[in-house]
Amino acid sequence: MGIFVGKDSRVVVQGITGKQATFHTKIMKDYGSNVVAGVTPGRAGEKVLGTIPVFNTVSDAVQETGANVSVIYVPARFAADSIMEAADAGVDLVCCITEHIPVLDMVKVRHYLKNRKTKFIGPNCPGILTVDECRLGLLPTYIHKKGHVGVVSRSGTLTYEVTYQLTMAGIGQTTCIGIGGDPVKGMDFVEVLDAFNQDDETLAVMMIGEIGGTAEEEAAAWIKANMKKPVIGFISGQQAPPGKRMGHAGAIISGGKGTAADKIKALNAAGIEVAKTVASMGETAVRVLKEAGLYEKCHTC
Amino acid sequence: MNIHEYQSKQILREFGVKVPEGKAVFSPEEAARVAKDLSSPYVVKAQIHAGGRGKAGGVKIAHNIDDVKKFASELLGKVLVTHQTGPEGKEVNRLLIEEGSNIAKEYYLSFVIDRKTAQVVMMGSEEGGMEIEQVAADTPEKIFYEYIDPVAGLMPFQTRRMAFNMHFKPEVQGKVTKLMHCLYEAFIAKDCSIAEINPLVVTKENDVVALDAKLNFDDSALYRHPDIEALRDTTEEDPKELAAAKAGLSYVNLGGDVACMVNGAGLAMATVDIIKFYGGEPANFLDVGGDSTVEKIAEAFRIMQSDDQVHSVFVNIFGGINKCDVIAAGIVEAAKVVGLRVPVVVRLDGTNVDKGRAILKDNPVKEVVMAEKMDEGAKLAVELAAKHAAEAKA
Repeated sequence: MGIFVGKDSRVVVQGITGKQATFHTKIMKDYGSNVVAGVTPGRAGEKVLGTIPVFNTVSDAVQETGANVSVIYVPARFAADSIMEAADAGVDLVCCITEHIPVLDMVKVRHYLKNRKTKFIGPNCPGILTVDECRLGLLPTYIHKKGHVGVVSRSGTLTYEVTYQLTMAGIGQTTCIGIGGDPVKGMDFVEVLDAFNQDDETLAVMMIGEIGGTAEEEAAAWIKANMKKPVIGFISGQQAPPGKRMGHAGAIISGGKGTAADKIKALNAAGIEVAKTVASMGETAVRVLKEAGLYEKCHTC
Repeated sequence: MNIHEYQSKQILREFGVKVPEGKAVFSPEEAARVAKDLSSPYVVKAQIHAGGRGKAGGVKIAHNIDDVKKFASELLGKVLVTHQTGPEGKEVNRLLIEEGSNIAKEYYLSFVIDRKTAQVVMMGSEEGGMEIEQVAADTPEKIFYEYIDPVAGLMPFQTRRMAFNMHFKPEVQGKVTKLMHCLYEAFIAKDCSIAEINPLVVTKENDVVALDAKLNFDDSALYRHPDIEALRDTTEEDPKELAAAKAGLSYVNLGGDVACMVNGAGLAMATVDIIKFYGGEPANFLDVGGDSTVEKIAEAFRIMQSDDQVHSVFVNIFGGINKCDVIAAGIVEAAKVVGLRVPVVVRLDGTNVDKGRAILKDNPVKEVVMAEKMDEGAKLAVELAAKHAAEAKA
């Protein structure tokens, strides 16, 4: 089970003939993801990794192979166009890994996706992985073990770090999603939490936020009103000075808004425990699961 | 990316926004020369990349050319400390000399990106000249918003509604709405992240003038704006941050003495936090990125150790795409070519961790200590920094 991607996902890789894309396509395939097509304009008829057919357009790929999920590894200046192309071809989900897409391009993308069925993860994200079923993006596969905790994070490396800490503590996962570090992006915490809330396999959620914007505060309010499962939090950037961009385009405290302190306060007020340091995310999860009486069920590996 | 006020005003002028007559100068003599072509009173404005200049004494009104020269020599070379510069302040290297305006009333106008709706939003308020954050906190009802459809663009009904909400008098409504459209055009054409006019003034002669202007640009879009990139004033930027940017590293100086080198922005922020949690003062945020090479790692060490600020380094790596063996080889290489002059605590986990640890074991570097766990590593880096600082003092 898990959310958004799984055994039924038929994956098309946009930009598949690029070095990074081919490298990660192999990892996806080795993990068991059903990669059915690739797209690079002008390269139709070629095969990647010996078996994956390349098409000129996403709509050709969808028509010929029934692809329903797209993952994008194309350079920033072409990425917005690629996202819209995937949506136009009617895939259910598009996940864009690319970093440094201009914000005004993303404004257009979000407008384009309105009233379309395509869900969107990213950009500037590590992708999504449903354990033992499907991987899109960059996530290292071996750190994941099957279980009952969902992971959602704005940061790539922290997605890996927390997943690894959970696995080391014997807590397996359902789906791990990096939603990306850009200010204007696709899915945010609430949409992912909602999906985890409806997923029978998922019994608890680990949510990793950071400074900038108010998505964590909105998630806190949503959790308080709707979430039936425990959520464990972590927020990075407590020492970030105002007005400075901390690596991610979206990680900036502007006008006194978006501080880690505000976010931790909002999460605590919604009854969510927040790990004190990045080193204690796993042990905090274990403690919360024990308190909720879910530890035995979640101790899967 | 930030630019100076005078540069912002030049761009706005090109888009049809009325700004005061004036010019940037670099010496008191030049200031006097420029003032001769303007009419009195004159405004002498320090040009630094930070707000709050007026309160810090960076803006002077002169009534004759001699005063322009006098104020210019006082301001040039002076270190201005505003609430946005930090306690170390910023040295003034250039001034803007302008004609004064006959101000009747001040307003606030800006365009920014609203993350939640993924739209450009126009913000306006009658409370001009104040910090908008303060207005938002004290009297949020006095700020008005117009969310802009990216396809239709800013519509006349929106600028009309904003002008009515801001209580402009009927005589200037046309000028105000025109200015709003011009500012929006500049915002879109130049890929701004902020376009702010504060204060926007109505003069006693019923002119509508941008008395101050602040444009910030989306770094990711600079590739399509070489004209904006050319306006970069590198003297306004931290030299270590500049060197890092050149090497493809993301670095922010935080002033403390425990440096860190991390892969991934989220983990890098969290590493800064954990150093502080264990009582240390973080020296920097440093993300070496997902595709590190041995050369990049060595360059990171060169930057961190480029002055006496740092007393220890905490290397905190979770190998996702970044492989621990590459990081380990980078540390060994840095020790060889850059030299390590402070203790370096290394925590490696993730992809190729065993290979990475083996490289550090087989190529022992005196300053390098391995930490099995992240929290142990952070604690140790803090302890070693204190020890090194004490030794350096002695």
